[in-house]
Amino acid sequence: MRILVCVKRVPLTGGKMVLTADEQALETRHLGFTISPHEECGVEEAVRLVEEHGGEVTVLTLGPAEAEEQIRDSLANGADRGVHLVTDGEEWDPQATAAVIVSTIQAEEAVGEGFDLIVFGNESADAGNYQVGIRVAYTLGRPVATGLKGLSVADGRVRCEQEVPGGRDIYDLPLPAVVSVLEGINLPRYPSVPAKLRARSKPVESSSPERPAARLERLRLMVPPGQGKQAEVLGSGADAAPAVVEMMRDIGVAG
Amino acid sequence: MSVLVLVEQADGATDELSLQALALARDLGSPVHALSIGEAVTGLGAYGVETLHVAQDDRLSTYAPAAWAACLGQLADRLQPSAVVAAGTNRGNEVLAHLAARRDLPFAANVIAVGSDGTVTRVRWGGSLLEEARIDSDLRLLTVAPHMVEAATVNGSEAAVEAFEPALDETEFVVRVVDHAETPTAGISLAEAKVVVSGGRGVGSADGFGMLEELAGLLNAAVGCSRVVTMAGWRPHTDQVGQTGTKVAPDLYIACGISGATQHIAGCKGAKKILAINSDAEAPILASADYAVIGDLAEIVPAITAELRKAQSQ
Repeated sequence: MRILVCVKRVPLTGGKMVLTADEQALETRHLGFTISPHEECGVEEAVRLVEEHGGEVTVLTLGPAEAEEQIRDSLANGADRGVHLVTDGEEWDPQATAAVIVSTIQAEEAVGEGFDLIVFGNESADAGNYQVGIRVAYTLGRPVATGLKGLSVADGRVRCEQEVPGGRDIYDLPLPAVVSVLEGINLPRYPSVPAKLRARSKPVESSSPERPAARLERLRLMVPPGQGKQAEVLGSGADAAPAVVEMMRDIGVAG
Repeated sequence: MSVLVLVEQADGATDELSLQALALARDLGSPVHALSIGEAVTGLGAYGVETLHVAQDDRLSTYAPAAWAACLGQLADRLQPSAVVAAGTNRGNEVLAHLAARRDLPFAANVIAVGSDGTVTRVRWGGSLLEEARIDSDLRLLTVAPHMVEAATVNGSEAAVEAFEPALDETEFVVRVVDHAETPTAGISLAEAKVVVSGGRGVGSADGFGMLEELAGLLNAAVGCSRVVTMAGWRPHTDQVGQTGTKVAPDLYIACGISGATQHIAGCKGAKKILAINSDAEAPILASADYAVIGDLAEIVPAITAELRKAQSQ
């Protein structure tokens, strides 16, 4: 089967959110970057499905030139080829993101075989818009299930499991389909050194699409109030135990 | 202009998060119309609802996101509201995204406030950052972030109830819940525990969680962990507290050897009190904690367990 996984490059934020002076972005000069967590599991899930059923995994990202790093990481973890839609670093809104992904898929499918499954993360770690996968599915006219913690493919259908209070809801979709997954659906592998080397020579096609005007327009970012509390130090080492138990009694949780 | 709110049910009553959505919706317009799928709910008048519309179709007995979005869209066509609102639940976000996709309209997820000039404030990074945004549309679609808006009541008479028969095509039911598997519950649920004893990289190994489990046993607590721990395979993902794990709201959250990355804080900031046990007095977790003990958790945690055992036996 042919699977497309869409991933997003996001900063590793550490302990504190610091904004740029114009309040338009996170200050990322001192931060590393990674694949948004749900999508990292999406890549792993796609690779496992292809290991089981045969086929090919394509990984797609819309992001700055540096996002090739996230494509290479996905290739090192078993994806076969990359598609990089290169931006100038400015964020695209969810409608524009979905539209450019759709046109890329349509162009790919016009010259080759179609994708049986298109995999998204349920929401990106940074923007958290919860909608790109659903928009892509609508425009392509394919069924979509979201927030999945289990996927299995058989007889041209995909069985999808979604965690709900008390258990799991099951969906059964005909392929081709679109799904979005959650972290925890699997534990992604760590790439081996030979796999990292092989990833360098796997094909990555890039293009630079034009960004349309945003219809969900970011005006500014704000750090929420309440960061920077000063903890009351109850003590150091094992000697602090009586003070801890006293605190537990005070707030009524000492059992 | 009116506003239309999708209300969800939990255990036969209106879900608390839908009541929070109604509170924010009152800032967007009036009168407030609500849509319930399948069954009527009572008591919505106290939350400012003038009319409750109940969508009725036998096929709506199990959840089907596209069909729910079709119901909401058809009712919006009739009522011509200025905004369509839902709670920022899995289903609320999914149904609003379906409606937005269908109409090619923008959609703002997890809003916490609306401005008089039509702007919204929404959460990013699981609540670690806020964004002020403008929705470029006459009909505004949005969901309300959970537990960020108080479900305040108003003096209102009971809502009128109107049956609503949507015209639903079979294609709206291609994606629907076809089965449900119960998961046997073991121990205390992380999401509902009054105390959570949680461990991070500082615990050092899967075996290191033994002492956390012992302390948790005395406190009737659930055991949680940070993302580093699940990625290392020390604990299952179901134990993970954080932006991509479980969001907890206990009376006391004990963070053992957890540095305090924003990804983790997004999952535990709902705790009434946080106790950080950390060897590093400069760790970011201290800026989110109410209490701290500095030192080696392998000494501190067993000492607390012993002290608590002593206190409980008296």
